[in-house]
Amino acid sequence: MEQKHIISTLVQNKPGVLAHVAGMFAARAFNIDSLTVGRTEDPSMSRMTIVVIGDDRVVEQVRKQLAKIISVVKVQDFTGQDIVIRDLMLISVATPPEKRSEILALIEMFRGKVVDIGPKFVMVEIAGPENKIEAFINSCRPYGVKNVVRTGTVAMARYGRKRAD
Amino acid sequence: MSDNTISTDPQSSEPIRKPGSQIILDTLIELGVDTMFGYLGGVILPFFDKLYDSPIRFINPRHEQGGTHMADAYARVTGKVGVMVATSGPGATNLTTGLATAMMDSVPIVAMTGQVRTELIGNDAFQEADTTGITRPVTKHNVIVKDPSEMGRIIREAFHIASTGRPGPVLIDIPVDMQVAQVEVTSPEKIKLPGYASRTRGHSRQISTAAAAINESERPVLYVGGGVIIANASEELRKFAQKAHLPVTMTLLGLGSYDQTRAESLDMLGMHGAAYANYAVQECDLLIALGARFDDRVTGKLKTFAPHAKIIHIDIDPASISKNVHVDIPVVGDAKTILSELTKQVEHRERKKWFSRIAEWKSKYPLRYDTAATTIKPQHVIEEIYRRTKGDATIVTGVGQHQMWTAQFYKFNRPRQFVSSGGLGTMGFGLPAAIGAQVALPGELVIDIDGDSSFNMTLGELATAVQYELPVKVCILNNGYMGMVRQWQELFYGKRYSCSWLKNPDYATVARAFGAVGITVEKKEDVAAAIDKMLGENKPCVVDFRIDREENVWPMVAAGKSLDEMDGLDIFESMA
Repeated sequence: MEQKHIISTLVQNKPGVLAHVAGMFAARAFNIDSLTVGRTEDPSMSRMTIVVIGDDRVVEQVRKQLAKIISVVKVQDFTGQDIVIRDLMLISVATPPEKRSEILALIEMFRGKVVDIGPKFVMVEIAGPENKIEAFINSCRPYGVKNVVRTGTVAMARYGRKRAD
Repeated sequence: MSDNTISTDPQSSEPIRKPGSQIILDTLIELGVDTMFGYLGGVILPFFDKLYDSPIRFINPRHEQGGTHMADAYARVTGKVGVMVATSGPGATNLTTGLATAMMDSVPIVAMTGQVRTELIGNDAFQEADTTGITRPVTKHNVIVKDPSEMGRIIREAFHIASTGRPGPVLIDIPVDMQVAQVEVTSPEKIKLPGYASRTRGHSRQISTAAAAINESERPVLYVGGGVIIANASEELRKFAQKAHLPVTMTLLGLGSYDQTRAESLDMLGMHGAAYANYAVQECDLLIALGARFDDRVTGKLKTFAPHAKIIHIDIDPASISKNVHVDIPVVGDAKTILSELTKQVEHRERKKWFSRIAEWKSKYPLRYDTAATTIKPQHVIEEIYRRTKGDATIVTGVGQHQMWTAQFYKFNRPRQFVSSGGLGTMGFGLPAAIGAQVALPGELVIDIDGDSSFNMTLGELATAVQYELPVKVCILNNGYMGMVRQWQELFYGKRYSCSWLKNPDYATVARAFGAVGITVEKKEDVAAAIDKMLGENKPCVVDFRIDREENVWPMVAAGKSLDEMDGLDIFESMA
């Protein structure tokens, strides 16, 4: 069954590593839904959070092929684990004067933060799991969404709890 | 060499400094490298200057691609790492076919390329190419040197990566300024490869489960790939197969891992495998895959592959397990240790019914051809070579019909005896690979059984063989076609031989022009004498066999068909 899998990959923080990982996905025709990279607490290591859509067989191959890359240190499939998932989004929403208070209430409801205000638009910062982000975009559509920038998913396993049943 | 280094006054506390190029050479020697292949060019000259008075034996191919195939075959016949060096830009891009060939067949190569000066990288400098970018998908690992003090460690890591786990090619891109920079010589830095560790000992419970399945099996087949040869596990394989009493079939790259003259051998399986091997796989109740990867040329249609079998897969690469075929009992690790462990746990079983079924197939569908023909049949040439070399030569091939006929009609009896491009199917591999093998095996008989089209691609390397006095023998099965392509056009494209016809040169004349011996054979009755003459030569020698032009390779499992749906068996029956 095809589903989203979040694969957390610890890699050496070296030039060319992202190209190795992205190249492997392209060469083996695996689909990346999102990919984020950033340094970890250890400056010699980076963390890639990769969201892949596929059935179990495909995702098992993805995991094994990732582990085969020399500069990849550790691969974890978060599927079925108790994890915290976040996307961060910046979104510009049209704010006609008569709708302004309505929109601000909506932002409040989603626990978003206004980070910039212009005469016609407001820029909002919002973080959360993907479905919350999607829901916010949909709620803003009637007013007019000018621009969306998203980080893609990052995830971390909850401390001390390995598996959710 | 020491005169190239900057020595310091022992009284002073100044550290010893050497140029990066000297560090490269010193590290190679420290790693036991005594032979290298490569081609010069501008930005690798500092390193070549250091080679000038080094003890390393250096072979210049006529093209970088040839050099990689030489290093590849050197590695295949010795088990050591093959070393190749080239310049930037076109030098590096010419390596890619050789690297891809080695990658597909898991051959340990370390390739080093020169690169333009660090500050020019990205500026489209003369002979600049993004070498690490271009070679990334065709190497096990690649790296560019950005700090000359890391040179020694990077080279040691490259050798370690190339030769351990599932071996493969590693490329090191070295900007020219890194070769010139003076580096402080420190004690060898340890290799730092977090996350790179391959499991060598199989999981003991998995091994016991596998042994139990083997002991229970009525109709087992052992399916052996090149991994067994890489693991130097042929002796362990022999003991295991003989103790448990198992029929053994091999992939193209597995040939030589098990003595084909023994009764348990089912020879090669797959698209052009022996019918008895393919039938056995389709009827077996247990398939034991050993260092093999269920390639599409082996399995035919996946859905109907080995339909009654439980599958055990023993492989060092976890990513090979359940990639193409669902595996019931995976065992990840080194074939040598796993086989020794398995041998302790398996019991001898007669399996009379199964072996007599196999014997039936063997007698009904042997590999055969029209021996009564008056033309020169390519299979006849190979059988003669086999007879006249007493089955003992190291055999190299190009890619195509001649490769399949060689795999079918030369019976290999030892590992590393057969060298061929399996996974990538690289035409032009034969001659340079034979040269690389001959470099590794001085005084031994190395024969390239080649096709005319394959040979055409890299025949310039004859000059290399002549220059270095490497007495390789080349037997061209010359049909004036791209034979395998023509066979497919005959069978699947209504005999429309689009662009597969070749006007070839007279190879004997070509050979003589290079300073080699050239022989042409046009009659069947001259085949044996020509082979004897070739074997008597101590120079490179090319024999041009003008074979039956439209001979096909049989049997054949057409692409997308099941392994037991073989064409060409009726042709055999009419010959019986």
